[in-house]
Formats: sequence, C-alpha cells, structure tokens
Amino acid sequence: MKLQRMNRRALALGALAVSGALALTACGSDDTGGASNGGGSSNAAAPSNVKCDDAKGQLLADGSSAQKNAIDAWVKQFTAACQGLQINYKGGGSGAGVTAFTQGQVAFAGSDSALKPDEVTASKKVCTGGQGIDLPMVGGPIAVGFNVDGVDNLVLDAPTLAKIFNGKITNWNDPAIKKLNPDAKLPDLKIQAFHRSDDSGTTDNFTKYLIATSKSDWPYDGGKTWQAKGGQSASGSSGVAQQVKQTNGAIGYFELSYAKDGLKTVDLDTGAAQPVKATVENATKAISEAKVVGTGKDLSLQLNYGTKAEGAYPMVLVTYEIVCDKGNKSDTLPGTKAFLRYIASEDGQKILSENDYAPIPADIISQVRTTIEGLS
Amino acid sequence: MGTPTQITDAPPPASQPAVDKRAARGATRPGDRIFLGLSRGSGILLLVVMAAIAVFLTYRASLAISKDQGNFLTTFQWDTNLVPPNFGIAVLAFGTVVSSIVAMVIAVPVAVAIALFLTHYAPRRLRGPIAYVIDLLAAVPSIVYGLWGALVLVPQMTGLFSWLNDYFGWTGVFSWEGGAPRSMLTVGILLAIMILPIITNVSREVFRQVPQMHEEAALALGATRWEVIRMAVIPFGRSGVISASMLGLGRALGETMAVATVLSPTFDIQASLLDPGGGTFAQNIASKFGEATEFGRDALIASGLVLFVITLLVNGAARAIIARRKEYSGANA
Repeated sequence: MKLQRMNRRALALGALAVSGALALTACGSDDTGGASNGGGSSNAAAPSNVKCDDAKGQLLADGSSAQKNAIDAWVKQFTAACQGLQINYKGGGSGAGVTAFTQGQVAFAGSDSALKPDEVTASKKVCTGGQGIDLPMVGGPIAVGFNVDGVDNLVLDAPTLAKIFNGKITNWNDPAIKKLNPDAKLPDLKIQAFHRSDDSGTTDNFTKYLIATSKSDWPYDGGKTWQAKGGQSASGSSGVAQQVKQTNGAIGYFELSYAKDGLKTVDLDTGAAQPVKATVENATKAISEAKVVGTGKDLSLQLNYGTKAEGAYPMVLVTYEIVCDKGNKSDTLPGTKAFLRYIASEDGQKILSENDYAPIPADIISQVRTTIEGLS
Repeated sequence: MGTPTQITDAPPPASQPAVDKRAARGATRPGDRIFLGLSRGSGILLLVVMAAIAVFLTYRASLAISKDQGNFLTTFQWDTNLVPPNFGIAVLAFGTVVSSIVAMVIAVPVAVAIALFLTHYAPRRLRGPIAYVIDLLAAVPSIVYGLWGALVLVPQMTGLFSWLNDYFGWTGVFSWEGGAPRSMLTVGILLAIMILPIITNVSREVFRQVPQMHEEAALALGATRWEVIRMAVIPFGRSGVISASMLGLGRALGETMAVATVLSPTFDIQASLLDPGGGTFAQNIASKFGEATEFGRDALIASGLVLFVITLLVNGAARAIIARRKEYSGANA
C-alpha cells in the first residue's frame, strides 16, 4: 500500500514535470517564432510600392502545395508593408483548395490546374452574379533528378523518359540512353523510377508533357493519379527527391526547388540545337509560348509542350490563383485585391525566380493585372 | 480492449465480499445513483459514438461505391479522378494484412521474451530502467518513426535484402529485384518496433499475475527455471498475451504516417515481401486525401469502412480465442 501511494505521488510529480516542460517549450516556440518573424521583416526592406488599400483583418486561402513556398515569400513581403492584414495560406493541396473555395470558406484558392466545368458551376453559388476564374501566377519547372554514380550530365528526350517511367527501359546502359549521351560512362545498373504515391498536380503536369510529346510510349490518360504500373513511389516532392538522393540508379520528377544539395537534373533534348537545362529562365521562355484559352475573364493557359525553341524548357507547371470575377465577399475583397495586385506586380514576380519558381511572361501577366483591377 | 485491464485491475479475491456488501447498502443514496447514471451514460455514449461513426462511414461510402466503374473489392487501381472513376481495395487489403502479419511475427516473440525477462530473469535493479525505455518507445510519435524509417532504416536494409535474396530467394517470398528497400518487409519491421511496447507492457502485467504458488509448486517438483516458465507461466498468461497481441495488431492495421513515409506503394500485388507491391488503407487515405475531390473523399471513406470492418473482425476473433481458452487458464479463475 505504502509503495503504491509513493508511486502515485511520483506519478503526480512526473505529470507536473511533463506539463511544466510542455508549457515551457510552448513558450519557447512562441518566442522563436516571434523572433524569426521580426528578423524577417527587418531584413526584407518593406517594398515601397505595395498598396494596402486599407485592407484589414484576415485573409484565408488554401490550395496547391506546389506554390506554397512562393506564397510564403510573398506573404512575408506583403505583410511587412500592410500590417493590418493577416494572410493564412494552407498548402492543403489543389483539391482541398478548390473544395474550400466552392464552399465559400476561403477568399481565394491556389490550384495546379484550371477549374473544371463542374467546378465553375459550383463556384457560381459562392460568387454572386459571377463565377470562379483562373489567374496564372506562378510557373514552375518540373525537374527530373537522377542519381547514377559516375554520371554528372544526362540528356534525355521525351520518348526515352516515357519508356523509363513506363518500365520499357530498365537499365542505365540501354542503347536509347547511350545514343543521347555518347560521352557518358553509363553503368550496368537497374533503373529505379520514382513517382508520387499521393495524387499531385506535379504528376498531372509531368504526364501531360509525356502525353503531348510521346503518346505512343505513354498510353495513359493522365491526371493527378500515377497510372503506369511498376516502379517505386514516394510521398510528396520532398519524398521523391529524398529517395532519388539516397538510391543509386534512381530517377524521379519533382519541382525544381527540390533539386538541392547536389541532386543532378536531366537536360531535355526537345529537338532544339542544344539540350535544355531545367532552369527558371528556360521555363519562363517555354511558358511564353502558351496560349490563353480561358473565356471571359478566365485566363487559364494551354502550354506548348512540343516547343523546339532554343532554350525553352517545356516540362513546366503553371499554378493559378482562383477568385470570383464578381461577387467576392465585401469584407475580403480589398485584401484579396491588394495581395493579388502585389504578387502580379513586377516586384512580386521578381521574388519568384529567387525561390526557384518561374515568373509568368510579361504579356500574360499584364492581362492578369488588368483582370485583378476589375475584380468586384 | 477490456480483457487486459480486467486482468491487471482485478481486485484480490479476499476483499470481494466486503465491497459487495458496501455497494448493496449504499444503492439508495443519491451519490450512488448519480454515479450509476454517469457510468451508464458513458457506456451508452460509447455505443452512440460507434453507431454514429458506422452510419457516417456507410452513408458516404455508399455514395462513392455506387458510382465505381470497377469492382470495389477486386479492382487493382485507385483513380477517382477518372471519368467514370475506377477504384478497388484489393491491393490495400492485401498490403494492410501482410504488413501487419509481418509485424506480428517479429514483434510478438520479442515482446513475450522481453516480458519474461523482466518478470523472471532480470535483476531487480534493471527492471525499472528497461520498462522505462520500453515506455519511451511508445511515446515516440509515428511520423518520427516514419522519418527515421525513411532516412535511416531504409538505406540500412539493403544488406539484409540481398542476403535474404541470396539464400531464400528461391522461396519467392524473399526474392528481390534490387529496388530501393521500401517494401512490405521494411514496413513490417518498422511496425514491429512500434507495436513492441504495447505487447510487452500488457504481457509483463499478465506474467506478473502468475500465482506464486504455481511457480513454487513447479519448482518443488524439480522443474528448472525454463520448465517453470513453460509449465506455469506461459499457460497462465496465454490469453493475456493473445489480447496484448490483438491490441498491437489493431495499431499495426491502422498505422498511417509511418507507413506513408516509408512504403513505396504500388497498385499491384507481389508474392515477394522485398519488392514494392501493395499499399495499406491508412497510408492510401493519408496520401490521397490532400488532392482528393469531394467524390475522391467519399471513395477514401469507403476504404476506411473496410478497415473498420477488418478491425472489428480481428477483435472478434481475438475475443473468441480468449473465451475458448478461458477454462484452461488460471487468469480468469
């Protein structure tokens, strides 16, 4: 009995200690959070030409995780100038973002693909007198990373890429790869092609490129779900990048911003005189060949995946911000407009390339700016 | 769930009548009535919550399954964005069951051995610290296990995989094509580590309840320590160990983030445990939820319903086993 009582006291003491520690760490993380925010805003000189329009309160948004880093960078700059406005962008995924938008929970959504017809219909319930429109705001090159001992540069074309990811080419010393890389020392090594295990706009855009350029080697419908059989998979761009980094013989696709820490990326043989590297500039060049196919105020783009222009990297994704053209909620409209105006501005787009995203080409972004001014 | 607590908290038989008498006398007092109401209410609340979950799952699942192009039980694909959608749980059910079995095969013997060591072999001074370390294992969040698995365990598995392939590849179960070792076996090992503490702790409590008399009787008959354990301790604790294992199995079946981080899910089935093949219910839900449309979520909920049913079946089976063994075991005497 005595022993039990002592145990209980010890337990109570332990619980106290644990909760105390929790409280302490909670304070600790708060503090560091505040400090880093403060440091951030003092480092980044507040951009002088951000117009706040007396926007106040809180702006909720949700959507594509592919543009989360870009939004974070913008929010940091924007809120440094407009302190009355809080912007909270959850990178819960495009699907979650569009759902939240059509249910009226968020002021705007981010999405890797333009609204589908039924989603436009659903948006009419939220946008009184209007509908949801797509504004292209962020471009991103999709890099193909590889990890083969002794190979530093690798050139691939679309059909070879399709065959690798479809399990038709299984060894690094395959003649098709050798032909594109006559100087490389390609080992006798099994190719391990990594794709995304979760549904993703990156998969969608990567397979869109394969379908557009080599339909005979990629006999699938495309979409956010990976459809080819076999291969390896990992969750999220960071998961794929991590696996490629630690597996010899691996190849995988992810957004360029994940190609860090010595991860090597494939140069694309597009038919241009020189193979094209996955860079921000080359991606913007390819996006500039896109056509606006949206009707009315919608500015959704159709990319030209087959481009052979010199230095254009056609494996890109464009992410959109989705807002109502008319009928935005009156309490969030000023904030939404001010923030979108800033991110479409020259300053806003300039930040993109610092974060491994591709800015939207000048003629398209100027249409975006006009549309933003007309939001109501 | 209830069995282990019954065992650990069972009051000593001697005090039983006294408690009963007091309870009988106080039955009319308001305090007792309030307490009765509260505990009965809690019991009913549990049933209501379970029923609500089942109704919610069934309703949303029926929305999705009615539009499924493929056979919900046998289709080897999960694509809810297709028109018409095509998805089925065959691969998920396979992967969930296989990874859990692997985990159980590894974890149960180790956990029982640890529990026996702690109760019968370990010096008194070591028992506390070892039990403490095992409890710590249970306190690590599953995403941390997942990260550890993906960054540390997976690269280390290559050696084991090629060894298994060299010596046991002919069985088909351990053949390996040389892919990254992110397969059912790796997941099983990770799950085994994760369910180890719960099985160990419950087993330890059960073995501690073995009547001293039984052990002393065996010793008096000239049994060695191993024979005492075999004849007195293990038969006594068997049903407790089974329910401990079922608790662990429940956790392994439903484990989400660790599996999603480590496994390389594919929508086909492999005989080999070393090649990527299959996914699990919880992993699939975690992976697909972010980008899922309204319909996609209903489909995922339908798969959740199947997991719910599988877990119910497993628990039912465990209870049946325990009930059948009850008469032979001293635990419930």
